[in-house]
Amino acid sequence: MVQADVLVVGGGGAGCSAALHLARRGVRVVLLERGLVGGQATGVNYGGVRQQGRDPAGLPLARKSREIWSRITELTGADVEFDPCGHLKLARSAADEAELLRWNALAAEHGLRPRMIGRNAIRQQHPYFSDVVIAGSLMEEDGSANPRLLAPALARAARAAGADIREHHAVTAFAHDGSNFEVLANGQGFTAPWLLNCAGFWGGEIAARFGEAVPIEKLHPNMLVTEPLPYFLRESLGVVGGDLYLRQIPRGNVIFGGGRGESDAEIRVTRPRPDAAFGAMQRAIAVIPRLADAMVIRSWTGTDGEMPDHFPVLGPSHTTPGLLHAFGFCGEGFQTGPGVGAVLSELVMDGATDVPLDAFDIGRFTAASGAV
Amino acid sequence: MKVVVVGAGPAGIRAVEQLVRAGVTPIWIEEGADGGGRITQRPPAGFSRSHAALYGADAGRAKRLHATLDALKARVDWRPDTLVWNIRPDAKVLHILANGAAQDEVAYGALILCTGAMDRVLPLPGWNLPGATTLGGAQVALKSQGVGVGANPVLIGTGPLLWLTALQYAKAGAKPAAVLDTTDFLTKARFGAGMLWNVPTLLRGMGLYAQLKLRGVKLHEDITPLAIEGVDNVTAVHWRDAAWKEHVTPCDAVAMGWGLKPEAQLADLAGVPFDYDATQQNWVPRKDAAGRSPMAGVYLAGDGAGIGGVDVAELGGARAALALLADAKLPSDMALSKHLDGRLRTERRFRAALEQAFPYPARLAARMEDSTSVCRCEVITAGELRAAAAADAPELNRAKAFSRIGMGRCQGRLCGTPAAAVLARALQVEVPEVGRLRGQPPVKPVPLQQVG
Repeated sequence: MVQADVLVVGGGGAGCSAALHLARRGVRVVLLERGLVGGQATGVNYGGVRQQGRDPAGLPLARKSREIWSRITELTGADVEFDPCGHLKLARSAADEAELLRWNALAAEHGLRPRMIGRNAIRQQHPYFSDVVIAGSLMEEDGSANPRLLAPALARAARAAGADIREHHAVTAFAHDGSNFEVLANGQGFTAPWLLNCAGFWGGEIAARFGEAVPIEKLHPNMLVTEPLPYFLRESLGVVGGDLYLRQIPRGNVIFGGGRGESDAEIRVTRPRPDAAFGAMQRAIAVIPRLADAMVIRSWTGTDGEMPDHFPVLGPSHTTPGLLHAFGFCGEGFQTGPGVGAVLSELVMDGATDVPLDAFDIGRFTAASGAV
Repeated sequence: MKVVVVGAGPAGIRAVEQLVRAGVTPIWIEEGADGGGRITQRPPAGFSRSHAALYGADAGRAKRLHATLDALKARVDWRPDTLVWNIRPDAKVLHILANGAAQDEVAYGALILCTGAMDRVLPLPGWNLPGATTLGGAQVALKSQGVGVGANPVLIGTGPLLWLTALQYAKAGAKPAAVLDTTDFLTKARFGAGMLWNVPTLLRGMGLYAQLKLRGVKLHEDITPLAIEGVDNVTAVHWRDAAWKEHVTPCDAVAMGWGLKPEAQLADLAGVPFDYDATQQNWVPRKDAAGRSPMAGVYLAGDGAGIGGVDVAELGGARAALALLADAKLPSDMALSKHLDGRLRTERRFRAALEQAFPYPARLAARMEDSTSVCRCEVITAGELRAAAAADAPELNRAKAFSRIGMGRCQGRLCGTPAAAVLARALQVEVPEVGRLRGQPPVKPVPLQQVG
């Protein structure tokens, strides 16, 4: 039996960041990852480090995380290709433009400073947009990073700080005796007074084992990348409505997404879907006509968890002392991952965090079903 | 039942022949403008070189295959110039790129994949210079277009294709500057005895060697290639002989190849598991002796199912079709199946000896300089790959995630083999332990804009 202070289940951005923050505070932490760290939602997403467009209830968490992104290189000792290149959200109708203005007013209350770019300015600054783009909102401090690098970099730093990161350790049994958790992974027992459920879509199963079943659905983002094109696009792009997101990396490839992939019943195999890909391709060309001649060289997807109200489950369990949930990030967890890890470490060590978590409480689903 | 055959090389031709014989009308998809495969590659319509000039000792086989191909086209749903770029095995649908659009789907009840092979390479400094190509590429240029990659090419690699390409170039009027074989004579001699399973082919191989000698082509064995030199084009090859003496051979082109690897991306996307074949030094999709994959309704034949050469492709194509017919409770020639099984067994023994006589020089790949580009598409060096190993990449797909190796246009078809050798050595494990690059759609690039 391996004795620890904190067990983390799931090696995505949230779990690896939690392990790092806890290890830095001298906690004995063991992270159990079924595959390799960052193999699912954290590793296969678009790589957006975006606050723009988030529900105001999620902005304090996103802001806390953005502060960590500013020092991600020092924190991890690695280059995860974080680039605050700006996030430009496009309006394709007057209603879209009104939506941008509405959100920008809300964001100002949280100290964010998005900047509207009007019809003439957007034409001038971004001559490669088609006429369907009528305005945009630029969030300058937003940007992107390489999703394939984040979780491994956090895990390496956590390991260097003393965390015990165990890959290929699927947890097959959970128990709680009132004060300690005991889990079984790879034939080895692990015990600790704290258990952090950072298992993405599969976090729903863990919550259910502790009497807190939630209505989580699988989410497979449909991602595509083109061959390298001459570099022309600095900002990461989104659109009002969210059916297209697109960025170009300095080496020239354009990464874009839209629609959903699919999986087999056991979610062992996930596949991008060509019909979703064609939709995203059409929408990309509609906004940037010069992409018409590009070739798509690769596509991919992976598995995230989605909640019906589009908020994650983040905070203490209502059934089990010492159990903290952090899962179901609804396709928006890449940016928040580092911040979620910090929040979890504060909940363990300080018993409180400065980020309001009310909207993310698991009780919003379980109260109605009678679980306490 | 709707049967789809992908590929119209020797395996595809013999598969379709058996299907048609049993009254089945398959959809037959070929990526090229015409079928015929690589060894018996057809020139475009209107080219006038004879079978004898094009294929030498393979002229008879080429004639037979082409005649069968042409006769079958009218009896099936023949779809040339069509790329299958994705498979959804649960929905039993192929996604195809034809006439500039990638949106069309083809539903299948059963599928025979005859997707062929491509050269295995050993990255060298300068291998991405213009004028450097693969042995297969050099052959295709000669057979399909009647042009050579150069007038004085250096041919580097190992295996019968090295000698065959050299002889074809010599016969076409080129003067090969040198033929550089990485395998020593003893290895070839030791395993040559195993090739007695197919005496005619063994004699043909020895004949190639003798003819090259007669024509005065310089053959060097047990060499180590060091670098390809050039600025705008290849101008010389640096290499070291068995006695560690260094040589510089001036040339105007380089063709290189160390045996073949299956083009098995479609089998991968269809969900077929892969196993490492230590004799071939290749990952091959799993199938039984008749060509059935573990995925119901998916059959594999030809080099795409594991390198076997043209005889095995013809036999295996017919055998897979007969297996499909039997599984579908359609009339199938049991006696022929039995005969094919026996011949395939013999050919497999021959092939095993051949692979051992001409091994892929994984040791050279593993030792390449840090500055050598392993991945041509993304220009990723061996040093960057070793850095990925040092950053906790225990297998090839994680090394891809860290370093971008295999993320370019070819999706690792070219660099996968040498990258595995480099990574395995860096991690101090055996090559199979680092796995293989997973297939991802599209198998080959598809345009964003859909025509029509």
